[in-house]
Amino acid sequence: MKILVVDDELDMENLFLQKFRKEIKDGTVIFAFANSGEQALEYMNTNNHEAVLILSDINMPGMSGLQLLEKIKQKFNTPPPIVMMITAYGDAENFNTAMELGADDFLTKPVDFNLLKQKLKIPTNG
Amino acid sequence: MIQSEKMASLGKLTAGIAHEIQNPLNFVNKISEVNKELLAEMNDELTKGNIEEARSISKDVTANEEKSIFHSKRAVSIVKGLLQHSKATHNQKELTAINVVADEYLRLNYHGLRAGDKSFNASFKTDFDRVLFSVDGKINIISQDLGRVIFKILTNFFHVVNKRQKAAEKIFQPFFTTKPTGQGTGLGLSLSYDIITK
Repeated sequence: MKILVVDDELDMENLFLQKFRKEIKDGTVIFAFANSGEQALEYMNTNNHEAVLILSDINMPGMSGLQLLEKIKQKFNTPPPIVMMITAYGDAENFNTAMELGADDFLTKPVDFNLLKQKLKIPTNG
Repeated sequence: MIQSEKMASLGKLTAGIAHEIQNPLNFVNKISEVNKELLAEMNDELTKGNIEEARSISKDVTANEEKSIFHSKRAVSIVKGLLQHSKATHNQKELTAINVVADEYLRLNYHGLRAGDKSFNASFKTDFDRVLFSVDGKINIISQDLGRVIFKILTNFFHVVNKRQKAAEKIFQPFFTTKPTGQGTGLGLSLSYDIITK
């Protein structure tokens, strides 16, 4: 499973690499990271669809996660990647907009990695 | 500054701070979780007698603690900033690193604005000049007063940027026009947009 993580906080990359170190070691997942919506689109354009799953923060400077979500769902639709939005704001407004734009799932920070792994159908220790 | 303005700016600052603090605190939380897992693994490796493997894991734990310390300090300095701002005005001057103050107020103001209006989005870059006549980038001023001035300037700046962004987004909407009443229908750009996009 190839996963693209989009977050402006650089330490998120390190966190994901550690939280998924077993899965990375045994080849269950391969991660790519982008620090902005713009970088994420660049990745999608050059790697055309290698990422089947995108985890994106909503609140980023420049292009927001919701704007990125819209562009991904419009442009990359054969087949469309699964897009899950991550947000610090657990509010109804962002949730509704994300769902309207076609988000497949929604997570609030701090990310519950066990829950995320369950959603990705990766076996966890509970 | 009169009391009500002080309270309004304090309210905005608090919203900004709440957001800013979430990030470093989340990291401290997650890093502790990871380290707990790593220490359990390290323990396993020691039981199995894999000393080198255990050592390698301990290096990762240490690196994580460095990050945790960094994020904790970040949270502390944000809170300090709030306490500074909410203190009664001293009339005493003290050595203040004005570029640090300006940077912190920029971020707090931005987050405060976004807390009230999530549709506002901007990226910014800082390019601070060397502080003239300073000792280590610090000059002798009443820092709370300078902080309030910077905050007020930034509030106005972001307000203008926000208004312009919203106006710019609207120009393709039907019936939106900047022409005075009676001139123009506000349909020109909207029709052009439809023609081009369809």
